[in-house]
Order: sequence, then structure tokens, then C-alpha cells
Amino acid sequence: MNLTLKIWRQSGPQDPGAMHEYQIRGISEESSFLEMLDVLNEELFARGEEPIAFDSDCREGICGQCGIVINGVAHGPEVTTTCQLHMRTFNDGDVITIEPWRAQAFPIIKDLVVNRSALDRIIQAGGYISVNTGAAPDAHATPVPKGDADRAFEAAACIGCGACVAACPNASAMLFTSAKVTHLQLLPQGKPENLRRVVAMLNQLDEEGFGSCTNIGECAAVCPKEIPLDVISTLNRQLGKAAFMGV
Amino acid sequence: MTDNLNKDLYTEGEPALDTKAPMDVPLSECWEARKFRAALVNPANRRKLRVIIVGTGLAGGAAAASLGEMGYNVDAFFYQDSARRAHSIAAQGGINAAKNYRNDNDSVHRLFYDTVKGGDYRARETNVYRLAEVSAAIIDQCVAQGVPFAREYGGLLDNRSFGGVQVSRTFYARGQTGQQLLIGAYQALERQVAAGTVTEHPRHEMVEIIVSEGRARGIIARDMTTGELQTFVADAVVLATGGYGNVFFLSTNAMGCNATAIWRAHRKGAWFGNPCFTQIHPTCIPQHGDQQSKLTLMSESLRNDGRIWVPKRAEDCEKDPRDIPEEDRDYYLERIYPSFGNLVPRDIASRQAKNMCDEGRGVGPKIDGVARGVYLDFADAIQRMGRAAVSAKYGNLFDMYERITGDNPYETPMRIYPAVHYTMGGLWVDYDLESNLPGLYVAGEANFSDHGANRLGASALMQGLSDGYFVLPNTINDYLAKCFNLPKLDESSPDVVAALEEAQARIDRLMAVGGNRSVDSFHKELGSIMWEYCGMERTAEGLKKAIGLIRELRAEFWANVRVPGKSIGELNQSLEKAGRVADFMELGELMCIDALVREESCGGHFRAESQTEEGEALRHDDRFLFVSAWEWTGEGQPPILHKEELVYNNIELKQRSYK
Repeated sequence: MNLTLKIWRQSGPQDPGAMHEYQIRGISEESSFLEMLDVLNEELFARGEEPIAFDSDCREGICGQCGIVINGVAHGPEVTTTCQLHMRTFNDGDVITIEPWRAQAFPIIKDLVVNRSALDRIIQAGGYISVNTGAAPDAHATPVPKGDADRAFEAAACIGCGACVAACPNASAMLFTSAKVTHLQLLPQGKPENLRRVVAMLNQLDEEGFGSCTNIGECAAVCPKEIPLDVISTLNRQLGKAAFMGV
Repeated sequence: MTDNLNKDLYTEGEPALDTKAPMDVPLSECWEARKFRAALVNPANRRKLRVIIVGTGLAGGAAAASLGEMGYNVDAFFYQDSARRAHSIAAQGGINAAKNYRNDNDSVHRLFYDTVKGGDYRARETNVYRLAEVSAAIIDQCVAQGVPFAREYGGLLDNRSFGGVQVSRTFYARGQTGQQLLIGAYQALERQVAAGTVTEHPRHEMVEIIVSEGRARGIIARDMTTGELQTFVADAVVLATGGYGNVFFLSTNAMGCNATAIWRAHRKGAWFGNPCFTQIHPTCIPQHGDQQSKLTLMSESLRNDGRIWVPKRAEDCEKDPRDIPEEDRDYYLERIYPSFGNLVPRDIASRQAKNMCDEGRGVGPKIDGVARGVYLDFADAIQRMGRAAVSAKYGNLFDMYERITGDNPYETPMRIYPAVHYTMGGLWVDYDLESNLPGLYVAGEANFSDHGANRLGASALMQGLSDGYFVLPNTINDYLAKCFNLPKLDESSPDVVAALEEAQARIDRLMAVGGNRSVDSFHKELGSIMWEYCGMERTAEGLKKAIGLIRELRAEFWANVRVPGKSIGELNQSLEKAGRVADFMELGELMCIDALVREESCGGHFRAESQTEEGEALRHDDRFLFVSAWEWTGEGQPPILHKEELVYNNIELKQRSYK
């Protein structure tokens, strides 16, 4: 396949950045999108230009490290991670626009690489169950209804890639935060500190500069792990409860 | 021949050190005895001690969280942008534990026995027993953290069987067990970050270790976003940096997995144990072409219902598999191993797939003239169970396969081929997980200790968490208590400055070469040498050839690599890769030397010269019942081999047979 690529280049956080255009030939339909960028980088190297910086690690769609906006859509036209998007999705001669995640809370490090540490700080605010190593009761001491376990699992599948933030017109991290709250509050182990968790995580979300949720739903539409939009209503119910209880 | 080989390639040194495992008590009391005898550090004093942990996968993340809870100051380093992304996250299948929740006669001893046997009797009895012993507590810990394991309608945990064992001891969370366990450890870690006991250093890689007066006292880390080298001193250092399978370039490891941290430690005196033991996993998606960057594993569970075959005749290989009638198919595993069939262990399934393709009966696209793929066919299963039942059991894997290959496995058989998956070798450690370099601890896949020459399914997650949650927190205190009164190392001390200068000199050297080849081109070339000669089957002749080729390639690398960009002031991914590939060049040679010395076949290490008449792996317990622990002696100098004799007091050694 031969393609025209328009790629955002930015040498560092202070650099203004700009779109650059590249022609690339001979891409196999079997290649992944990131392998296509690998090929481009080898060509740039041969031409004496600097390769394009982009993030990836597992390249199996599970670590969450990769993530770019392709033709205006987070992770591109298919509901998957960027590393699992394959070139057979595109046509010979296509023009493809490639940009980094755009959000105030995700400052650009270089080219397509952004800093998502804000998501870690939301977890630090309460996205855990307070149990020390060695203090756990037998796993069978607390049964969990299968329905709850399955729903908790569905929410726990979030890989923290940040696509929900990149897709949201408000750059809100509500789907990410709600997924964690839903996961933990459904399990008996996570209930005792639930309301405190909800309030603390939401406060952190605001502090990091993420926007607020206005129920647009773009987040769930691009989520590569198909986290359902209704985790946000689960969180909102918990928030209402917390307000009522004065947490 | 052996004499010549000795002189050129290695020398033999003193046997390995005492492992510190209490051998004066029965095996089942070893761990209790060791914990009781280990010195303690009182809670008020823990605040005065600092521990560095490199890597935040299951072993490193769990250790950092646990040591933080205990009150130590922990600095956690990782090259990813978040601790949640370590490659433990990609493990799919499950985690073993001797809980006997199924009433099927499982026990600590049985898990221990299966693991030692599965490792082809090249693991240390005491370490493996402890692994089995703490396995049950791992599940309790993870459930308490909120890991959403699969459950039954009664609300209790579900189990399945895995990797050929005869009991159901595997706990799982759909096909994402690794992710869910890692998220549990990550959340525990973030809780400690909030509590102020752990400081995280994202996008940092360790580029040098600080050794002072014979002890590990800190690291030099490179901030990958700014290029700045930073000095961190501590009272002890833990490396939990995973495996080194990326030496093969194409592997199932994440792109960033590397050997740099353990290799820098090796060069500073830490011994390297069993470097040649590499697990090749039989069910990966085959390579699609020369633009490929990595390989993807399909869960081993597919072999429960899928039938593996190749055409009987080479001329049928390019036909549509559905047009090849039953009588023209060779279900070779069922033919050669009638009692285990498609469920033979990983090393055997892998080797036979290679044999079929080498005979010219492989299927799929040709790479370098050879089609490297065999069919994994679900047609019979679909007929027997119905498409819906197959989908319920394997649907997510079928979807993943279709996403990557574009083929629908419900309609046409999958194609699979073996790939490098897990490295059983790593830095040598004793029972305390301490390397021979005092104050340097090594956990998880980065050490060599628990898996022998082969690894059973669902046991790597178990080892990572066992090391991180339960072993290290109970052994590192023994060291810390003893060195509590040592003076704090000053950042301006000559040992620290020397380490910093070494790290800087190495980066300067890489930037200065200015040749015309890219780092990736060297990595790919090294990978193909390793796969060809130190992959699924090794011969003395091939390994010697590989050593020569690697030496030439290394010389070429240092003469002709070019690292674009700047070393300071901005992210430079080419420079990161260059440092890692330089280390792989040295490690690759040691792997070949180790494989050459071990003139036997065991687990993932198959020497063509050592096989039974039926073509099975033939161990030589009389000559090779030891761990190879290699000592670095300098660039281009032959390493020293220290042997740790393996003692089996509780298990009888048997030849593995799957016929």
C-alpha cells in the first residue's frame, strides 16, 4: 500500500509543533498501524531525519501505552487499541492524519507521546482497597454474587489508555474514574471506603484539569475495552449518596 | 574438544555459594525456619532505610507496595509512563495455587512436585517448595484487593486446569488474569504513593548500578523525557525487571522489555544463572512478513479442543485447508504422542511444529523461503460442541486472531507457530532472593530460581507475586538489619561518581559512533542469529558459529551504528534502544556459551546431540544436575562458570515421557 501521512511533530513540550506530510510506499496490509510507523521511521533514519516518537509497549492491546488520534478518532476507525489496528482497514492511496491525545491534563512530551500521569494521581486519590500484604482473610470467606463479579470485571477491564479523555470534547476522565469506582464498589471488599473514594477521586479529577462530564458518550464509543457508559451513572449515584451522607 | 572450548570460551571457577536455605529442618519447615532466623528491623528504624526497586510488574510492584506498607522508604523505577503497564499485564491464562478448593487431592506437596517435574529437574527444591507453600496466600491477598476472579453462582471462586496437570488449581479472570493481578498490585502501590512511603519514577531506566565496598548501594537512572542522568543511593536494591526474550527481536515480550538492569548488575559482579533456558511457546500467531515487530501469543487453552495438523504432502501446503481431505492430513502430535496428543508440554509441541515446517510441510506465507505455520483446527470441535459452545469458551481468542490476521477461525483453521515467550534464566539468587552481590535482590522473571529448564502454565504469575508480596518482605529485612549501622553513602563519594561517569561514557560512546546503520537493523540481525542457532534446537556446531557471528556483529555495531537525535534535553527513543541492543549483544553470546556447555537436553533447551532414539529430550543428570552461574570477567574475556549442584532430597528424578 502507498499512503500519505500527515503527522503532528513537536520536539518538546515548549515547541509549538506542526503537521508534517510524509509519503510512504510498500506497506503490507498485514502490518499493524505501529509497524507502519516503524517502517516510516526506518525511512526517516535513512534520509537523515529524526524518527517520529510514539508510545507503544505490549503491542497486544492490553498494556494501554499506545494511543494516537487517527483521522480525528482516538485509536482510529476500529474499536481497538492503536497497536491492534491493522493496515487492511485502510485503502491504497489513503491520506491519514495522525495526532497525539489532546487534553490539557496530558501535556505533550514529544511528537505523539503525551504524559498521562494525571490518571495515576486519580488512582492515588482512592482507586484502591486498603489492605496490607499478609492481612487478607481466606478468599472463600466472602462470597461475591456472580452477577456482581461479572459486572465488576467488565469495569475492571479498563487499561488506562486515555482514549476516553482524548475523545471527550471536554477532555473529561469520567469514564476512567467511573470504571474504577464501579469495579471496587461492587465487591464487598471495596464497599467500606466507597463514598470516600468517590469524593476523593472526583476532587482529584478536577484538580488535574480534566473537564467535567456532560454525558456526550464519545468516551464509551472509542473505548477499546468497551467499558459501558452506564458506569458513569453508577458513579453519579454514589456521588449523590455521598452528598446526602455528608461525606 | 572440551579442553579447547574451555580455554577459549570460559573457565570454571569455585562452586556457587551457600543458598542460605536452612537444610537442617525438613523441607516443609524450611521457610518458617528461615523467617524466624532472619533478623528484624523495628518499625521506627524502617523509616531510616531506603530501598530501590526497578520494575513494577507483579514482582516489583508487589514488593514496592509491601515494603512501603512496612514503613521503608521505597523508590520505584519503571520505563513505562505508568506502573500499571509492566508486561506482567499481558499474561492471559491464570495463576496456580494449592488451595484444594476442588477437593481433587491437590496439596502444597503436589504443586511443588508438578513444578519441579515441569521444570525438568533443573530448579531448586527449597525455592519451589516455598513457592507452592505461599501460593494459597497470594489468592487471598488478591481477592482482598478486589481482583475480580471468575466466580460461580454460589459466589465462590472458580478454577480450571491448565498446562497438563491433573488437578484444577488455576484461578483466572477471563483471559486477562495478568492484567487484573497487576492492577491489584498497582493499586496497592498507588496507595503507598499517596501515603508517601513510595516515590515513583516513571519513564526512567536504570543504566548503571552503584557498588560500594562490595555492596549494591544505588543506581544511576536516566530520565527518558529529559535525558538527564540521576543518582539514587539506597540501603538495598531490588531488580524486578522481567525477562530478556527480546534478545531474539521477535518475541511475545513487550517492545520495551530489556536486559539492561540485570546486565549492568552482571557486569558489576552479579552472577547470571542458566542464561540459555528460554521457553518457546507453541501457540503464537505466525510472523506475517518482514515488517513485523513482535509476536502475539494465543492462550495455550486452545489446545484443549483444537487439533493440530499439517498436510501429509508438501505439494498440498498452498491449497485451501478446507479442500484437503482427512486422509491427506497429518495430525502429527496425535500420531507421535497418542496418549497426550495435542496436549503435550510446550517444549515438545513447539519442536514438532518446527520439524514439520523444516520438512517443507508448513503452511501460510513464506518467510525466507520457508512457510512457518501449522494448522490449529476447530472444525471437529464446532461439529461436536456447536459453534455457540466453542464461541463461549474461546470467543475472545478467536476475535483476537481475526483482528490480527484478518481470517475467521470459525471458517478456516487458525495458523500457529512457536515463539520465544519466557526466559527461565536470570540473575543467580539464593533462597533469600539475594544475588551474590550483597544488597542486590532479584525477583520474578529477572532471577533464575524457580522454573528450572521449563515453565508450566500459570506458574509465572505465581512466582512474581510470591517473590513480591511474601518472600522479599521477609528476607530483605535480614540484610537491612545487618547494614543498618553502615554510614549513608554520600552522593559525592568516588564509587557513586564513578558509576555516573561510566553511564555517561557509555551514552557518549553510543552517540559518537555516527555510522550508517539503524539500531533496529542490528537488533533484527542479532535476533535471527539467536533464533537460528540458539532457538528451539541447538547444536554444538551451530552455537559455535553463532558465537562467531555475534562477535562480528557486535564489532560492526560499535563501528557502524548511528543514533539520531540528542542525548540530552528531549526524549530519544533511538538512544534507549541502542543501549538495550548493545547489552543484548553481550547477553546473546553468553546464552550461546551456556547452551554449548550444557551438553544435554532439558525443557526448553534441546541439544540435537542429546536425544533418545524416538527424538525426545535426553537429560544427563550425572553430568548436568547443576545451575550454571556465570561470572563476568570483562569485555571480550571468557566468563567464569560457577556450578551450584542441585540437591533433590524429596523428589525422585525421572525421565519425562508423554508417549
